[in-house]
Amino acid sequence: MSPVVQGIITIILGVGGCAAYFYASNLVLDKVIFPPRNDDHGRNINRANIVRPWLFVAPAIFFLGLYLVYPVVGSFFRSLYNRSGNTFIGLGNYTQMFSEEGFRVALFNNILWVIFVPASATFLGLLVAQLTDRLKWGNIAKSLIFMPMAISFVGASLIWKFVYANNPDIGIINAVRDFFGLNPIDVLQIPFWNNFFIMFILVWIQTGFAMVILSAALRGIPEETIEAAIIDGANPFQIFFKIKIPQIAPTIVVVWTTITILVLKVFDIVYAMTGGNFDTEILPSYMMDYMFRDDGRATAVAFVIMIIVTPVMVWNIVQARREMR
Amino acid sequence: MDNIAGQKSGLSIATNLSVIALVLIWLIPTIGLAVSSFRERAQISETGWWRAPFSVEQAYRISPDPEGAYQDGDQWVLEGNLFDSSEDASGQGTVSGFGITSRAPGAAEPGMIYARYEVQVIEPDGEQDDTNIEIAYAEGEEPVFPDVDEDGNTVVQDIPPIFDRSLQVMQNGDFVYRDADEIDRGPSVYITAAQPPEFTLDNYDQILTSDGMDRAFINTLTVSIPATVIPIVVAAFAAYALAWMDFGARGFLIAMVVGLLVVPLQIALVPLLTLHQEIGIGQSFLGVWLAHTAFGMPLAIYLLRNYMIGLPRDIIESAKVDGATDFQVFTKIVLPLSFPALASFAIFQFLWTWNDLLVAKVFLPSNADSWVMTVKIADDLLGSRGGDWGILAAAAFVSIAVPLFVFFAMQKYLVRGLLAGSVK
Repeated sequence: MSPVVQGIITIILGVGGCAAYFYASNLVLDKVIFPPRNDDHGRNINRANIVRPWLFVAPAIFFLGLYLVYPVVGSFFRSLYNRSGNTFIGLGNYTQMFSEEGFRVALFNNILWVIFVPASATFLGLLVAQLTDRLKWGNIAKSLIFMPMAISFVGASLIWKFVYANNPDIGIINAVRDFFGLNPIDVLQIPFWNNFFIMFILVWIQTGFAMVILSAALRGIPEETIEAAIIDGANPFQIFFKIKIPQIAPTIVVVWTTITILVLKVFDIVYAMTGGNFDTEILPSYMMDYMFRDDGRATAVAFVIMIIVTPVMVWNIVQARREMR
Repeated sequence: MDNIAGQKSGLSIATNLSVIALVLIWLIPTIGLAVSSFRERAQISETGWWRAPFSVEQAYRISPDPEGAYQDGDQWVLEGNLFDSSEDASGQGTVSGFGITSRAPGAAEPGMIYARYEVQVIEPDGEQDDTNIEIAYAEGEEPVFPDVDEDGNTVVQDIPPIFDRSLQVMQNGDFVYRDADEIDRGPSVYITAAQPPEFTLDNYDQILTSDGMDRAFINTLTVSIPATVIPIVVAAFAAYALAWMDFGARGFLIAMVVGLLVVPLQIALVPLLTLHQEIGIGQSFLGVWLAHTAFGMPLAIYLLRNYMIGLPRDIIESAKVDGATDFQVFTKIVLPLSFPALASFAIFQFLWTWNDLLVAKVFLPSNADSWVMTVKIADDLLGSRGGDWGILAAAAFVSIAVPLFVFFAMQKYLVRGLLAGSVK
């Protein structure tokens, strides 16, 4: 059966199945299990209303539980076993991994990524948001800078492969070097700095995200605070740094952490640009090297990523609970 | 606020200039890709895409048909037009140089005569030998032979050189070829021609017909449509329950959703692939749909719940007073009102599943029939067609065309979703 037909059937079955499930389960609950009849009338309605929320959330809980909660535990246990999965080796995968040069390079690069990408994207996003705030063509400019958000990481990597290409007739960087009489240079092979050329691709993608959120935050600042500052004689830079920034600080933190989380997931860019060669490996791409080959090692890397993410997760939950009260 | 104190016009110019600069930096790489994908492949490797509107100097080897050669004295002559004789070089080109060797395809300027003579030379060790020498000279003049040839041998001037062949090419491609021997096969002549910029759909044609990108495109579509639609249905019900139904575990479930928003996908890969293999799904489209549905679930619930809880309480409560069940309230009131949030999430999920490489690599079979476009580009084209920039550009453009369209068509919803989706 062709995948297209499969896909169409899946949509029909999936959507139809979901609709049927919700409709039928509600019907069964109201008419069969707790029918509002006779002397049990009131009690049955209450009982049905206690059960009903669970009918609504059950499919979602199934997906969340099986595909996101269970794997955290499952990955951890798998990481305690060896490559073939039948011998318990405790933290063997972890100790082995930490003693290897490749993992340490990936960890070090990942730290670079986690510092550089969120910082640059947030900074550039804030810069663009502020600069375009009062421009007539600000919305067009924002739209164009936002555009890379729609492009896949693989597509973006290809776009930048053109820019970084060694051939001065393809790569614009080397064309500029050529113009000044310099020899072409493969920026993806410069030790250490090649990481920054790869990171910039993600900055290029994520600046739009930061810009959109921060731009909305800037718009949300009460005008009176700015007017008061102007009357007190503040110059534009003082207004920006002393009035606006403190008021949008919480949003900056949100943007920063969101991009940080994303950085820990993206393996595509390194994979497409260098395949992890020339010391550009990061944890997600390092994990993919072991995926399909050594599940023990792969899950151990995944769990390291999970541990790095955990503080953000806890902080998010605390924030959400505080907001709900 | 434009003209009040605190705003300086100098600052405004600086602002405009810096925004222009930033927009250009952001746009140039994508424009380069788009332009390259439409260029003729030989031209891509000759000049950078930023020179695409200008003509490209290219060298051609042409072998005109020997038909129509005639004898003129002791020489045979072939006349004609080089552009007519070659498919490669046809078109509106202008000859900028020509030659008779591949070493120097553009040795002579149009209108000149370029001839080969056999001359006698004295080699440095004193030996006399014959060698060929090529000379360009203007029409009506006599060739002047150099004292020393290319290899540093002394040319003997008093022995008359023997004519071998000559070529004259005009700017429009007309040529006169003379040979000391009878012309029975097409002579090899070379021209460099400034080809006008050539834009073509050949690259697209090739990847879509012979390189299998059409298959990958359909696979991507097949992955992303069900993976966008199904989570919406599942999440909408859950979001309603978490927003408007009162039950004990609600707070806990909301916290769980918020926590799961940031769980890295990597952690799910190995256990779920193992699970899929154990229950018989294996690596298949069904597996990808399930995985995408689940991975999109936290954001879907979070976005939709945030939106639904902002709906006016009066409407929902009065409906309930009128006797509507939760199921009716949900389908008849909340769902239609939540359209903007549903659209936001649908765009997110569509872009994410369309652009995804990781989930497709892990949960789909690794044969060419099941490749989605990202896998096709990253695992196949970048390796096998690494230097073929025209093909790569066209492939990338095919893969980003749909997301770009969705992006520009529904930017409003995307922005709205982003604003609602970032944890505050």
